[in-house]
Amino acid sequence: MIQIQQLSKKYKGAENFSVSNLDLNIEEGEIFGILGPNGAGKTTLISMLCSLIKPTSGTFTINGLNYSNNERELKQLIGIVPQEYSLYPSLTAYENLFYFGSMYGLKGQLLKDSINDYLEKLGLSDFSNKKIEVFSGGMKRRINLIASILHQPKILFLDEPTVGVDVQSKNVIIDHLKELNQTGTTILYTSHHLNEAEHFCKRVAIIDNGKIIVKGKPKELIANNENAHNLEDVFIAFTGKGLRDHV
Amino acid sequence: MFKLWASIYKEFLLLTRDLGGLTILFVMPIVLIVTITLIQDSSFKSISKSKIPVLIVDNDKGFISENIFEGINSQNTFDIVVKESEEEARELVFKGDYQLAIIIPKNLSKDLELKINQNVEGVLSEFGFEEEEDAQEIVEITPKEVRLYFDPAIQYAFKESIKSGIDQMISKIETQSIYKAFQEQLSDEESQFSFNSESFISFKEIVPKLDDKEILPNSSQHNVPAWTLFAMFFIIVPLSINMVKEKSQGTFVRLRTNPVSYATVLGGKTIVFLAVCLIQFVLMLLIGVYLFPAIGLPVLDISGKIILLFIVAIFAGLAAIGLGLLLGTIANSQEQAAPFGATFVVVLAALGGVWVPVFMMPNFMQILSNLSPMNWGLNAFYDVFLRNAGFLEILPELTLLLLFFIVTTLISITYNNRKNAV
Repeated sequence: MIQIQQLSKKYKGAENFSVSNLDLNIEEGEIFGILGPNGAGKTTLISMLCSLIKPTSGTFTINGLNYSNNERELKQLIGIVPQEYSLYPSLTAYENLFYFGSMYGLKGQLLKDSINDYLEKLGLSDFSNKKIEVFSGGMKRRINLIASILHQPKILFLDEPTVGVDVQSKNVIIDHLKELNQTGTTILYTSHHLNEAEHFCKRVAIIDNGKIIVKGKPKELIANNENAHNLEDVFIAFTGKGLRDHV
Repeated sequence: MFKLWASIYKEFLLLTRDLGGLTILFVMPIVLIVTITLIQDSSFKSISKSKIPVLIVDNDKGFISENIFEGINSQNTFDIVVKESEEEARELVFKGDYQLAIIIPKNLSKDLELKINQNVEGVLSEFGFEEEEDAQEIVEITPKEVRLYFDPAIQYAFKESIKSGIDQMISKIETQSIYKAFQEQLSDEESQFSFNSESFISFKEIVPKLDDKEILPNSSQHNVPAWTLFAMFFIIVPLSINMVKEKSQGTFVRLRTNPVSYATVLGGKTIVFLAVCLIQFVLMLLIGVYLFPAIGLPVLDISGKIILLFIVAIFAGLAAIGLGLLLGTIANSQEQAAPFGATFVVVLAALGGVWVPVFMMPNFMQILSNLSPMNWGLNAFYDVFLRNAGFLEILPELTLLLLFFIVTTLISITYNNRKNAV
């Protein structure tokens, strides 16, 4: 579904590559987790795959398509849940969803039904006519997710979709993502919540300094690491305990 | 097409949700136009009862100072304040307490009379009119100067117009004195011979006519188009802020991942903000037609011109929006967009001739003013309002305004596509 070959990104003025010669294949129907410490290159990788930034070198295809030749088609195929809320605060939940749904070509009753259906599933029906600016973090995260899946994308990119939300909201989001995956949506997901990733992802890759250090099924990675009891232990074993502060 | 409609609807909602911002968009131009017209109306017709106080030190106390007092009083613009000493008057003016002081020198009337009599006698004796017994000894008379003191803070144009007015007044007094001297020398009785000292040459202003009715420019006809245009161009500030906000809120990032063109996104903004410009324009016209006469200002005459005025407003609005789209595309923060936008509009207005007419600018600035869309818009408005122009006559300006919109929008799209190319 997603084939990445020798993909690299070096930002202007940066000393090091944020993503360096990265190779990765993600199969159709997978939930794939990209894990790594701060500044490891997770968001840069997703941003390249979503056409938000231009790679320095390397290529990738999504469902056999690339942005150079099939931009419109590819954008119709994917959904992205950005790390930021990416919603209009002064518009209501319904108005935000109506607008972003329209941008994917949805209209009429189909659009209305789709919005109402997702609002119901994610527990936000009662708040559809409230402005986003009065929503809690968890509610905004859920609307942020709905805005990206109204058009039933074949591939969904999620950049830290549960950051800063309470356990209840997190569970609703994860449960819904699993449901979405069961209907055929391939999911590529980044997170700092290793426990969440361990149970949610079918496969994960731990990246650091722009390179994949290790990848595989969470259970296999834990089993292959002598002292590891969970994915966090594996993560520490590969990335170390040192702080990753940098500017 | 549905994406464009959805974009228009979204922009409409965003605009109407910010009621404070919306009010400012419509109220501030009205405040601006009423204030400016009230101030500038005195240039056309003094409706204000307030007068400029002028200090006069009369060391002459003769017929010339009487004439100067009369002349100044007759203008209805000044209030005369008499002071006894030049030093006091100078100090008051240089401190800024008064804007102008006129110092009439001692013996001005007497010496002028003497000088003129000497000259007239000289001329008449050349022609053999002078009687022997009337011949008088020539006395040396030193030239006199009327001194003017101006507050250093007053504007150059005002100062020059005052100087010119006083110069004309003195010239007239001199001329009348010469006539009088000739009259006295040539005749013993006043009724026997009389010079007509009224001006022989007069001026008549011929103004354009519409349906045999003269189109007389007034402050409203000048100010409404100029300041309406100024207000319309200020749309670039909220428009660019709207776009920069989308970047900071992250909604622009989401839009970039959506299958929608940047042109569609800009199209939604263009239509909504053009509607704002046109509402602003309608409000300005209504103010000119209904409010101005109610507060003593000249009525704005739009009869027979409404369609052409709307055409100009649409094209001028498009030019303003094109500029706003470009600024919003390039700017990365509100701190960049707002001050630059506001200042740039003022620069464009200055170049466009909103404050100082283009013909009064230095040559280089006149050339630059040809590049200001506000100049094209203002010319088109003046053509319709004051020069009785038709559609074909304003077509060149409309074309320039439309081209400006197309070019700025294309640059915005190209810049965005290049910046975000993958």
